[in-house]
Amino acid sequence: MSNASLQLDAHGRLKHFLCIEGLNRQLLSEILDTAESFTGVTEQTVKKVPLLRGKTIVNLFFEASTRTRTTFELAAKRLSADVLNINITQSSTVKGETLLDTLRNLEAMHVDMFVVRHNDSGAAHFIASHVAPHTSVINAGDGRHSHPTQALLDVFTIRRTKGPDFGRLRVAIVGDILHSRVARSQIHALNLLNTGDIRIVAPRTLVPAHAESLGVHVYHDLEAGIEGADVIIMLRLQHERMQGALLPSEHEYYELFGVTEEKLAVARPDVTIMHPGPINRGVEMDSEVADGSRSVILEQVTHGIAVRMAVMSMAMHHHKERKA
Amino acid sequence: MTESSTQQPDRIRISGGRVVDPANKVDAILDVFIADGKIAAVGTPPDGFEAGHDIDASGRIVCPGLVDLCARTREPGQEHKATIASESLAAASGGITTLCCPPDTRPVVETPADIELIRLRAEAAGKTRIVTLGALTRGLDGEYLSEMAALKKAGCVGVSNALRPLANTLVQRRALEYAATFDLTVFLYANDHWLSADGCAHEGKVATRMGLTGIPEAAETTAIARDLALVEQTGVRAHFCRVSSARAAQMVARAQFDGLPVTADVAIPYLYLTEIDIRGFDSNCHVIPPLRTIEDRQRLRDAVQRGIFSAICSDHQPHDPDAKLRPFPSTEPGISGLDTLLPLGLRLVDEQVMGLNELIQRLTAGPAQILGLPCGTLTVGNTADICIFDPELTWQLDPSTIKSHGHNTPFMGWELKGRVTHTLLAGRQVHAL
Repeated sequence: MSNASLQLDAHGRLKHFLCIEGLNRQLLSEILDTAESFTGVTEQTVKKVPLLRGKTIVNLFFEASTRTRTTFELAAKRLSADVLNINITQSSTVKGETLLDTLRNLEAMHVDMFVVRHNDSGAAHFIASHVAPHTSVINAGDGRHSHPTQALLDVFTIRRTKGPDFGRLRVAIVGDILHSRVARSQIHALNLLNTGDIRIVAPRTLVPAHAESLGVHVYHDLEAGIEGADVIIMLRLQHERMQGALLPSEHEYYELFGVTEEKLAVARPDVTIMHPGPINRGVEMDSEVADGSRSVILEQVTHGIAVRMAVMSMAMHHHKERKA
Repeated sequence: MTESSTQQPDRIRISGGRVVDPANKVDAILDVFIADGKIAAVGTPPDGFEAGHDIDASGRIVCPGLVDLCARTREPGQEHKATIASESLAAASGGITTLCCPPDTRPVVETPADIELIRLRAEAAGKTRIVTLGALTRGLDGEYLSEMAALKKAGCVGVSNALRPLANTLVQRRALEYAATFDLTVFLYANDHWLSADGCAHEGKVATRMGLTGIPEAAETTAIARDLALVEQTGVRAHFCRVSSARAAQMVARAQFDGLPVTADVAIPYLYLTEIDIRGFDSNCHVIPPLRTIEDRQRLRDAVQRGIFSAICSDHQPHDPDAKLRPFPSTEPGISGLDTLLPLGLRLVDEQVMGLNELIQRLTAGPAQILGLPCGTLTVGNTADICIFDPELTWQLDPSTIKSHGHNTPFMGWELKGRVTHTLLAGRQVHAL
C-alpha cells in the first residue's frame, strides 16, 4: 500500500498524517490555511478552542525530543484534547516488548490519536497500518524518512515571510541532508508548492545517493549554493558525524559550510534564515546570523503550534464525520 | 536413510511424461523405470520389469528432483519459525529432493555432531535430503578457523560463513587456504562488512526517498574483487552465493572466462523483484543482499540464461509473523521460498528468459555439480530423485496453499502456473497432489 492511500480517505482527506509525499497542492494549501486561522487562537488571552474536547491524544516518543513534543502537546491542549506523553526511548524495548505490543496496550486505553516519533524509517507508516480503524496517526519524525509537520511549519513560515508565490523563490537547504528526515520532507513540500529553485548544499559525504532524483540541485560549495537565495534553511549537524568518518571536524565544517554574515553577502539582501533547531552555534552558523533581523528561527517554533493544531484537527475531523 | 522404508512398492513405472533431463540431453516423451530406489531405465523397460505402481505422467513433465542450494529450516535453534519436519514437507511438495542448509543455525554447524543432528532429523522427517555447509570460522565469528577436516569427514558439502562476511582479509585468506587443503568448496556471500553495515535497502533512488540506510552496489563488488584475488592466490574452489548486481555478475563472468574455479547462483526473488518493491515499506521485500535496480534484474536474468549462474536457488528464509511485524529496518530479512521455486522458475520460461531445459538444468544438475553431489540427473543407476509436475496447472499462493511454516513472501496472492504432482525421493513417493 502506498503512503498516499494510507493517509488519505476515499474523499482525499487526511486520515493520518505520515509524509508529504502523496498530498496534493490543494490539501497542502488547505492545511496551511487552517494553520493560518489558528494563529489567532495562539495569540488570544484564552488560548483554547473546543475542537477536540474529550479526545485523548498520546505523544508516543521513541526518540528524545523537546521542541517537537512540546509543540505537539501545546497544540493538542489548545484544541482542548487530553494529552498523555509517553517517552519510550529505551524502557519497553529493553524489556522485550515489541512496538506492536506497546501499541496494543495503549489502544486498550481508547486513544483517539497517536503522535509518533521513532528512529526507524517507516515506523509511523507501520503503526498507521496496524492501529484500530478510528485512531489517527501523526508522524512526528521517523528515522531519516519524514518529518512532515516540520516541513509544513517551514513552508508556512516561508509563505508568511515571502508571500504565496513560491515559483519565484530560490531556497537553499544547507547541511546534513543524508541523515535528515526534515530535509526530505521540506524538499517534497517545496516541490509540491512549485518552488522555482530548490538547492541542497553539503559535502559529498552528507548527500544521499541520487539526491537529484528528489527534485533538487546539488551544490558542494556554500557560496555557489546560496548565491541569490531567498531562503536559507540550515540543518542541525549531529556530533556523531565526526565518528562515522563523514567529516573531519566541526571546525572545518564551520569554515566551509557555516553561515556567517560575511558569506551571506552573496544571497539576496532580504534572505530569510531558517533552522529547525536546536542550533549548534559556531557550527551551522554564527550567533550574529541566528539572532539577526533576517532570522525567523523563533517564528518557526511559534508556527509549529498552529500547523500542528491544523493537522490534528483535520485528521480527527475525518473520524468525527465518519462516525456521524 | 529412511529411503529404505518398506511400505511402498520398489518398482515404479512413470509413464507417458515428457522427460527433461538436461544432464543427459534428454527431452522426449519417455517412460521412466525405477527399481530398488534407483533409476533402472529410461525409455525401454529393463528385462522382466514389472511395476508394482504406475504413475501416469501424461501431459506432465518428469525431471530430476530439484536441488536447492540454500534453504534454512531454522532447526536447530529457531523452531518457532520453522522446523526440519515442516520445511521438508514444503520442499517435497515443491519437487525439491535435496536442499542445502547454510551453517547459521543456533548453534552454528561447526562440529560433526551438528551435522549428525540435522541428518538424523531430516531422515526422521523423511521427505527430502538435507545436506549442510559447515562453518568457515568458529561460531561464524570471523576470527578463528573451524575444524574443516572434521566437518568434511562428517559429510558437509562445503564451508561458508553464511551472511556474516569476514571483515578481516587475512583471516579470509587463511580460511580459503585451509579449505583448499581439504578440497572443500567455499561458499562466499559477497558483502563488504563495513560498506553494508546497518543497511537494509539498495543504495539508490528508492532508499534515498524512503530514508533507508543504503547498501551500495560497491559492498558487493569490493567483496567479490577481494575474494577473486584470494581465490586466484589460494586456488580454492569458490562459489558466490546470491549475486545481486549487474556489475558483480560481470565480475564473475570475467573470472570464469579467465579460468578461475568460480561458480555463482542467484535467488529467484531477485529475478522478479527490484528496489521499487520496497516502496510502502513492504517488509516482505526486506532481503539481504538488497533488491537492486530494474537494470540489475535484467542483467541477473541474462547471467542465468548464459550460465554464468549455474544455479537458481530459493534462498528460503521462513519467519514467524512477528519477525516481519515491525518498522521496515527492524524486520528480519528474508523470503520464504520453497513453495515458489519451481513455479517462479517456470514463469521465466513463459517470459522467454530461458528455455525449459536450461531452467531445469539450473534447478537440478547445475546446483548438484556445485555441491559435488551425484544427484540432479536421471542417469541410469542413479538414486531415483524425481519431480513430476503439470506445467499448465494454475494455482494461487495463499495461506491455505503454502506449505512452508513461513508465510513471509511478497508472492503471496500470486497466480502461479505449474504445480508438482509427484515427488519421489530415492524411489519413494514423498509427495502426491
